[in-house]
Amino acid sequence: MRMQAKAAIAAALIAAPGLASADPDDDTLIVNGEIEMTTKTSAPEHMSDTYIDTIMSGWHFRSDETQALQMDDFDNSGMIFVDTGRAQWEQVEGSEGNSCASCHEDPADSMKGVRATYPKWDPEAEEVQTVAMQINDCRTENMGAEPYGYTSTEMANMEALIAVQSRGMPVDVKIDGPAREMWEKGKDLYYTRTGQLELSCANCHEDNYGNMIRADHLSQGQINGFPTYRLKNAKLNTVHARFKGCVRDTRAETYKPGSDAFVALELYVASRGNGLSVEGPSVRN
Amino acid sequence: MKLSTTILAAAVIAAGTAKAEPVAPGEVQFGDYGGIAESLTGKAGDPENGAKVMKTKSIGNCISCHKVTALSDAPFHGEVGPSLDGVADRWEEAQVRGIVTNAKMTFPGTIMPAYYKTEGFTRPGKAFTGKAAEEPLPPLLTAQQIEDVVAFLMTLSEE
Ligand code: HEC
Ligand code: HEC
Ligand code: HEC
Repeated sequence: MRMQAKAAIAAALIAAPGLASADPDDDTLIVNGEIEMTTKTSAPEHMSDTYIDTIMSGWHFRSDETQALQMDDFDNSGMIFVDTGRAQWEQVEGSEGNSCASCHEDPADSMKGVRATYPKWDPEAEEVQTVAMQINDCRTENMGAEPYGYTSTEMANMEALIAVQSRGMPVDVKIDGPAREMWEKGKDLYYTRTGQLELSCANCHEDNYGNMIRADHLSQGQINGFPTYRLKNAKLNTVHARFKGCVRDTRAETYKPGSDAFVALELYVASRGNGLSVEGPSVRN
Repeated sequence: MKLSTTILAAAVIAAGTAKAEPVAPGEVQFGDYGGIAESLTGKAGDPENGAKVMKTKSIGNCISCHKVTALSDAPFHGEVGPSLDGVADRWEEAQVRGIVTNAKMTFPGTIMPAYYKTEGFTRPGKAFTGKAAEEPLPPLLTAQQIEDVVAFLMTLSEE
């Protein structure tokens, strides 16, 4: 008993120095032995004015144990919520007697590639839409049902079901044309130093990725892995909930999930991941 | 003669009260390079409390960005800022006070937060609640906590 405790402490001590200077690792992410993910690639052209020439998935900055959980769907707790999302997909709700399946049938066909291109300009609505906005549009307009809460469990489940159909496909968000204005707005927000700590997204995720901040290994803050299953809160987390947490941590007044500001920021951050594979639902700590 | 003693006594009393009242965040006088010559409180700092401020997450939380060997009893030192070992050999006390009070006066644009600043923020929030807050905000550290941290940092000499 005593011996074991000592051995455990010794192991922890040996592990610690490695952690403290951990650069992103060079592991390869292959899910279920078949989906090979692009987790590092050249930064998109629009990032040529930044320090970053290689964009990297948040997966590289997690421990080997956490990384392993994403390599097999049986170990990936996020996949449980994909199943729940599938049940929601079949569920008839609202005044029109429809389920998602009534119109979109099998998500493996109808939703393939969708996650990779969002947020995107919707010419009819004349606005940039996130997947979450599109889901709620279908619920209210096509089903006569109540919208999901923007960062609710139901929304996260449905987003996971939709994301998983694009796993392994490259993120390919359009930033030109009518989406440009929102993209510029998102870029401004990314570099705005908020709150009493006066920190911007870029201060942590561009200037300091690879560095430890207290117990956290800073990544590039990419969103190709969303929704993410976090070990910390043992649930699926949406993009806007994550943004909110990061803004709050600067001792700032956060923006509302689903607000124009966060939609713009999502478009901009998504575009910094152009070329990485869609990983959702991923596993993070 | 008598009169001047009274005046002198009054001056001493005035100086005494002035010293007892810490310099307000808006009144701090920075030198050309961001240093602060005078103590913010007129009282000596307590290095032991300074160490506590630096390693406690809910107070200074300095080790989230800095490695400090003398504080290695607390876990998880970050690496966003430089190691503070030997900091007293690199900087004068006045400069250290300036850095802890508002590092942006010494290192323009630095990521290091300003610990004794109460207004001029973008979307100021109420601590870590995410809710809006009215300026002026309470400073991140009190004047005495800053003096305590400065006193601790001045013990970090390797020479
Ligand atoms: C009555 C038919 C109908 C129902 C029911 C319906 N949708 Fe849709 N959905 C559409 C149509 C039509 C479009 C394409 C036009 C548009 O963008 O609005 C669409 C588009 C979408 C898109 C965007 C796809 C893309 O290629 O960009 C998503 C995502 C989506 N729906 C999700 C859902 C979900 C989730 C549900 C159930 C909660 C649902 N829809 C229910 C008709 C429906
Ligand atoms: C004080 C530093 C700090 C700031 C400022 C900050 N973040 Fe983060 N963020 C973190 C930490 C720590 C994590 C968890 C470890 C990691 O993935 O970097 C994180 C995680 C993330 C993630 C999850 C990455 C993944 O792979 O799952 C995203 C996305 C993100 N941040 C976006 C942002 C955005 C957008 C902003 C600006 C609104 C921002 N962050 C501001 C520290 C910060
Ligand atoms: C968000 C990260 C961060 C936090 C938190 C932080 N610092 Fe810093 N600090 C830095 C960086 C980065 C520098 C280097 C200056 C620059 O930007 O070039 C620095 C520089 C310093 C220096 C000068 C070091 C030298 O030798 O040149 C001192 C002293 C210092 N910090 C003390 C503190 C104290 C005390 C606290 C807590 C009250 C603190 N820091 C909190 C990031 C941080």
